[in-house]
Amino acid sequence: MSDGARAGGHLPPASAAPALSASAGPSVAVLPRPAQPDQPAAAHRVLRAFAGQRLGLLGLAIIAALTACCFLGPLVYHTDQVHANIALTNMPPGPGRPLGTDSNGYDILGRLLAGGQSTLEICFAVALLATALGVAWGAVSGYTGGLADAVMMRVVDIALAIPAIFVLIYLSSVLRPTTGLLILVLSLLSWLGPARLVRGEALSLRTREFVEAVTVMGGRRRRVIARHLIPNALGVIVVSATFQVADAIILLATLSFLGFGPPPPAATWGGMLSQGTTFLLDGYWWEVYPAGFVIMLTVVAVNLVADALAASLDARQRQ
Amino acid sequence: MTGYVLRRLGQAAIVVLGVTAVTFILEHIIPGSLPRAILGSRASGAEIAAFSQANGLDHPLIEQYAVFVGHLAGGNLGYSYRLNQSVDSLVLHQLPNDVLLVGAALVLALLIAIPLGIAQAVRRGRAADHLATSAAFALYSMPSYWLAILLIATLSIGLHAFPAEAPQSASVGGLLADPRGLVLPVLTLTLVNIALFSRYMRAAAIATLAEDYVRVARAKGLPARLVLSRHVLRNSLISVTTLVGLSFPAVITSGLIVEYVYNVPGVGLTYYNAAVNADYPVELGITVLVGVVTVLGNLFADLAYAALDPRIRYE
Repeated sequence: MSDGARAGGHLPPASAAPALSASAGPSVAVLPRPAQPDQPAAAHRVLRAFAGQRLGLLGLAIIAALTACCFLGPLVYHTDQVHANIALTNMPPGPGRPLGTDSNGYDILGRLLAGGQSTLEICFAVALLATALGVAWGAVSGYTGGLADAVMMRVVDIALAIPAIFVLIYLSSVLRPTTGLLILVLSLLSWLGPARLVRGEALSLRTREFVEAVTVMGGRRRRVIARHLIPNALGVIVVSATFQVADAIILLATLSFLGFGPPPPAATWGGMLSQGTTFLLDGYWWEVYPAGFVIMLTVVAVNLVADALAASLDARQRQ
Repeated sequence: MTGYVLRRLGQAAIVVLGVTAVTFILEHIIPGSLPRAILGSRASGAEIAAFSQANGLDHPLIEQYAVFVGHLAGGNLGYSYRLNQSVDSLVLHQLPNDVLLVGAALVLALLIAIPLGIAQAVRRGRAADHLATSAAFALYSMPSYWLAILLIATLSIGLHAFPAEAPQSASVGGLLADPRGLVLPVLTLTLVNIALFSRYMRAAAIATLAEDYVRVARAKGLPARLVLSRHVLRNSLISVTTLVGLSFPAVITSGLIVEYVYNVPGVGLTYYNAAVNADYPVELGITVLVGVVTVLGNLFADLAYAALDPRIRYE
């Protein structure tokens, strides 16, 4: 792995630094590309480059293990996560309860698994939905250009100007947060980064010869966008979608930590951490550290995968 | 350049107007009605009608929006029915605390992250670089409240070094009178920002080190120290300046979490309390404020970028 690749790989996600403004031309990276890459072969090369990155593979393994534990674990490890049990509150780890119980008598390991299920479901759904929306918006905006582009990008600017956590807290205080609503709202707050990114790609791709050739041959706008722009920006899109998962996990956990996540008895990692913090002075470590550790582990794993994907893509583009 | 500045200002104005529109819509999606949400479920029909009339809620929406924007333009962010206080006075009281907290953290983070990023770039690939990169990576993947809890558990409960709660004073003077109480909140925000800034600084410095003008400077025999300070530092700072501009809204947003954990009397905590108590006008007033600060931060970032880098030309 070259130093350049590593430098690119370690840049924070686009959504962390959204406003290298769409209007500031120089910040839109124009990377050299093969004229029209043979898609399967290109994807294969990226996968091969990815397979050479130990940290990325480690991240992938952690995500796979977490997913398996959260979805298969409850089948063998049965716990009641609905009815509080005041006879078993704040029990330290012991036989039959590897991670102890919390102040409602819920088994902590079972609760981590249940919280993991909803976290993974919500966050992967958000990444997919937000990316799909962002890609469609960005590609149409960048390819169409002119007034439509200006209007569409101002919409993105407006939505970006209001920090997601504020809107989320407000909506949760007004409406009752359900899984579906959370997915919808988190997606509506997360598609902006990908939209800007893909618009930048579309702007540089639409002047390329192969796109002009399709246009000259009578290819319609929808065909150009769906068959040529989006496939060529796929690498950037996948990297951004991966970072979206990490962002969504942090946002969801933050929301639950502040008490605005899904209401009890729903299990959330952020909610467990927040509840456990109350007992920090009592030394009930098992109510604090497992939840915090699992949030961090998941985000680290997703970020490792995203970094490795970005570096693989970078390496491909260098060839 | 003048044309570019004017165009950016125009865009910023449009975005601010858009932010007010979004906020107005948010205010009107409250299930039931706004007066019902504020007066409570036991208010009588006559009381609801009187409240609606007194606050102009019986006028057409478009007219209400015009009044709303008029108030905002006059610097009126709304009125808290729960606290019986204007949002302006709330914010004016507490914003200095946020500026102190986040400003101190931002300055400290820059003072540490800039040299750190350059040192990493110079020694890239070595053990120290890997260590710093890993630490930044871990910090970056950590929600700020988790970091805050870890700091409280170790430095406050474990070592009794610093209090786990910020000084409970409403004024900046009061906060500064007990600096030990500010250590943990400022440390939390500083660590989070170092993780972000050092990643950017390292990447920017690596890119700058590969430039021809750095090679020329070295070839003509400029000492390594001067190459770094005159060429690498100054050119890499451009991207960090942009980042600082983008951090403006963090004064309130990252403040929100840290103020919640350490109980710092600031705008973020006020927003949280307003959300818990369904004090919608305070929530929306602060949201508009954050939106405007974000737009100004972006504007600053773009203009600073254009001003600092003479190679950038805008038509």
